[in-house]
Amino acid sequence: MPGPYKETDLTERVEAFLSDLKRGGTGAGPLRGSAETARETTALLRKITAQARWGSAGDLMEIIRKEGRRMTAAQPSETTVGNMIRRVLKIIREEYARSRGSSEEADQESLHKLLTSGGLSEENFRQHFPPLKANVIEAINELLTELEGTTDNIAMQALEHIHSNEVIMTIGRSRTVEAFLKDAARKRKFHVIVAECAPFCQGHEMATNLSKAGIETTVITDAAIFAVMSRVNKVIIGTQTVLANGGLRAINGTHTLALAAKHHSTPLIVCAPMFKLSPQVRDYSKVRILSKVNVHCPVFDYVPPELITLFISNIGGHAPSYIYRLMSELYHPEDHEL
Amino acid sequence: MLDLLTLASRACKRYSCRRHGEYGPGRKDEIERAKSEGKDLTKEEKQRLRKEKKQQKKSKEKKDDKASQENEKEKKPVTSAAPAAPASQPPTKPTMQKAPSAVPATAPVSVPASEASGPADKPAKTKAELKAERRARQEAERASKQSKKGETGQQATTSKPKAPPSDLQPVVKRLPEHIQVDNPDVLKKLAKKLERQQIPLRLDYGYKVSLFSHLHQYSRKAPLTQQLSIPSTVIHPAIVRLGLQYSHGIVAGSNARSVALLHAFKQVIRDYTTPPNEELSRDLVNKLKPYISFLNQCRPLSASMGNAIKYIKKEISNIPSNCKEEEAKSKLLNDIESYINEKIILAGVAIAKCAIEKQKISDGDVILVYGCSSLVNHILCEAFEKSRKFRVIVVDSRPRLEGKEALRRLVQKGISCTYVLISAVSYILPEVSKVFLGAHALLANGYVMSRVGTSQIALVAKAFNVPVLVCCETYKFCDRVQTDSFVSNELDDPDDLIVTRKGTTPLEGWQNESSLGLLNLVYDVTPPDFVDLVITELGMIPCTSVPVVLRVKNVDQ
Repeated sequence: MPGPYKETDLTERVEAFLSDLKRGGTGAGPLRGSAETARETTALLRKITAQARWGSAGDLMEIIRKEGRRMTAAQPSETTVGNMIRRVLKIIREEYARSRGSSEEADQESLHKLLTSGGLSEENFRQHFPPLKANVIEAINELLTELEGTTDNIAMQALEHIHSNEVIMTIGRSRTVEAFLKDAARKRKFHVIVAECAPFCQGHEMATNLSKAGIETTVITDAAIFAVMSRVNKVIIGTQTVLANGGLRAINGTHTLALAAKHHSTPLIVCAPMFKLSPQVRDYSKVRILSKVNVHCPVFDYVPPELITLFISNIGGHAPSYIYRLMSELYHPEDHEL
Repeated sequence: MLDLLTLASRACKRYSCRRHGEYGPGRKDEIERAKSEGKDLTKEEKQRLRKEKKQQKKSKEKKDDKASQENEKEKKPVTSAAPAAPASQPPTKPTMQKAPSAVPATAPVSVPASEASGPADKPAKTKAELKAERRARQEAERASKQSKKGETGQQATTSKPKAPPSDLQPVVKRLPEHIQVDNPDVLKKLAKKLERQQIPLRLDYGYKVSLFSHLHQYSRKAPLTQQLSIPSTVIHPAIVRLGLQYSHGIVAGSNARSVALLHAFKQVIRDYTTPPNEELSRDLVNKLKPYISFLNQCRPLSASMGNAIKYIKKEISNIPSNCKEEEAKSKLLNDIESYINEKIILAGVAIAKCAIEKQKISDGDVILVYGCSSLVNHILCEAFEKSRKFRVIVVDSRPRLEGKEALRRLVQKGISCTYVLISAVSYILPEVSKVFLGAHALLANGYVMSRVGTSQIALVAKAFNVPVLVCCETYKFCDRVQTDSFVSNELDDPDDLIVTRKGTTPLEGWQNESSLGLLNLVYDVTPPDFVDLVITELGMIPCTSVPVVLRVKNVDQ
């Protein structure tokens, strides 16, 4: 039985992933996009489910939680890792509940049910079901296919939101927004203004990619955001994380952009796939100090939900006030703290 | 007001289709009729009469030789006596009603003149004649102004009602050339003017974003001086050096640019000698015109520079013609020196004093500044010397990164500073207690024109309820109005935005991409509702009081 080999192979994979995460987020922006990270995390979790030794659902959940804590500690700003882990944990709970034959009480619709739903939580997932492994792996495969299609699903909705001769503003580099705009550009002619987002200036790459696709693009400095905002029809941005209250943790400069859009009553649209939704509410920033002068270089901004008009995700469009409901569909409340 | 403007424009249209000098008989009848009937002339007719009076004066003066000052001196008491006489009539009536009473008095004097000059005026005037006319008219006006200074008593009544009508006159403005780049006629005119002045024309560079196709966009790598011949006979070397310093950004910031300009003009005046048969007052102004065009080509003039140039031109043309050259030159040099001293240096000292004494900087303050404003730096250094305890946050932005210079100056003094880029402003603002901003110009509708990014900082400060104070000397106030940052702005070299990060330069080949444009704006306008206070040497005023200050200044002058 290739047990021991599988074990070492697994641990090797996990270690490689952890070092990748640590390296990827050292202040120079993510080495890979969030979608990549999400996919890799899910693939790794599938491997863990397949190869690790576990007897019951509870064991599996313990293993995954442990690995999950290590992964989030390696790179706290990369929240998709934690999100995927919570998704998988929810999948395990669901599959377990289905195997047990109990009714789908996963969706706790009413407050009453929330308060009286002691049922599942008392269960410590100790029962052993042989088909559980296969079911869980199948569900994780479904999750992987969903992840692979997120960008396309979002891009498909582009034509509903962009009309001809619009001026659209965006900031920094987001693969989701890039795909979104490129999809709309196939049928419509519009103009895009990209704020470069110093000091890393990811906006430059975004602008060159868009202009290669034939879209009229202009690069502006961060200082000119308010100056040109009066001629902008829509602001479309990507984000690093969507927070539980409908707010954003997005790249540095997004809050200013959102305030300027609010001042000119320009709609602010956020393109974010569902795996970016995170149960946290804190904001995060990086600080570096040099000798006599304090230099601050925050990487992320917190944008409150009042400044956001619409979220476009792979399952459709939502208002910021609806995000909390989606949260309850994706994650189990007990998994909010890993 | 609308009524008057439409009537005036209709009257002007009617004028333009008639030739000069054909009025004589018809108009005389009307005037006699009005005089005899004694009814009030309609507003139209008053306008027409006023215009006719001006043209009759012009034709009368065309006959005098400009060298014969004595004739004009004699005419002085005549022309000033005429308006003085009706002024002694009930002075409470507004000027509108004064016009008909004044006109009939002068009409009998000027009508015979116009009759005599009528047939002579019929053939089209040559350019030289028109120029001579204009010059003579200007001299007469200047001479009459000087005489008016003597006759204070009677002039008080005529000068007081003069102020309001000037506000209500229809505005006949010429749009500046630098915001009409998309108009080929304007470009042709500019090219011709520069050719005449022997200044090379600077060509636009790179793809211009469509929203800004009406503005110039130059490249720093192709300065104007490369196309100049050596030695340049038309342009003074101090001006050439100044132009180069402007176009390369060595001299930047509105105060620095104005002071450098005034020093260069002082040098020009020192080296100036009046050619024979020319008058210093007129010739020097003409000498300065190509210099100003050259500097404009190197870098568009700022509002403060424009005001300084207006002041110099006024001082030069006010030099009496009997003044010796040495005297005139030393007077001009003193005027310029006092302008720099009063309007820039002492104003800065007064503003700093005002800010510190009125407790705008108190102990424990955290002050946010943007970019490098010489005035704001001065205020902070002064406050630090007066032992106020505060710390400063310097906000900077690409591509100029002027904040580094401000940071250097403040740290040298010993002030504790923090440095952030403008994208981090919303992160740092919760700590800030006050925001101090400098201004490039204050517009007549209360908007603040300043370095691009200022309006953004004011916006975010407003969102966090942090007070925003703008510090600006009064010589930067200008008459223009503007509501957005598009219609009049400056486009800097677009190549400045190119940067290398992590070994790649994504924008390197931006010229080859047909749909890619880079926008490097220099200025933006901040609406007055974001600004809480403006500190000037006249005191602390709200943003919207700028036209009041301008009006007070105009009346003083």
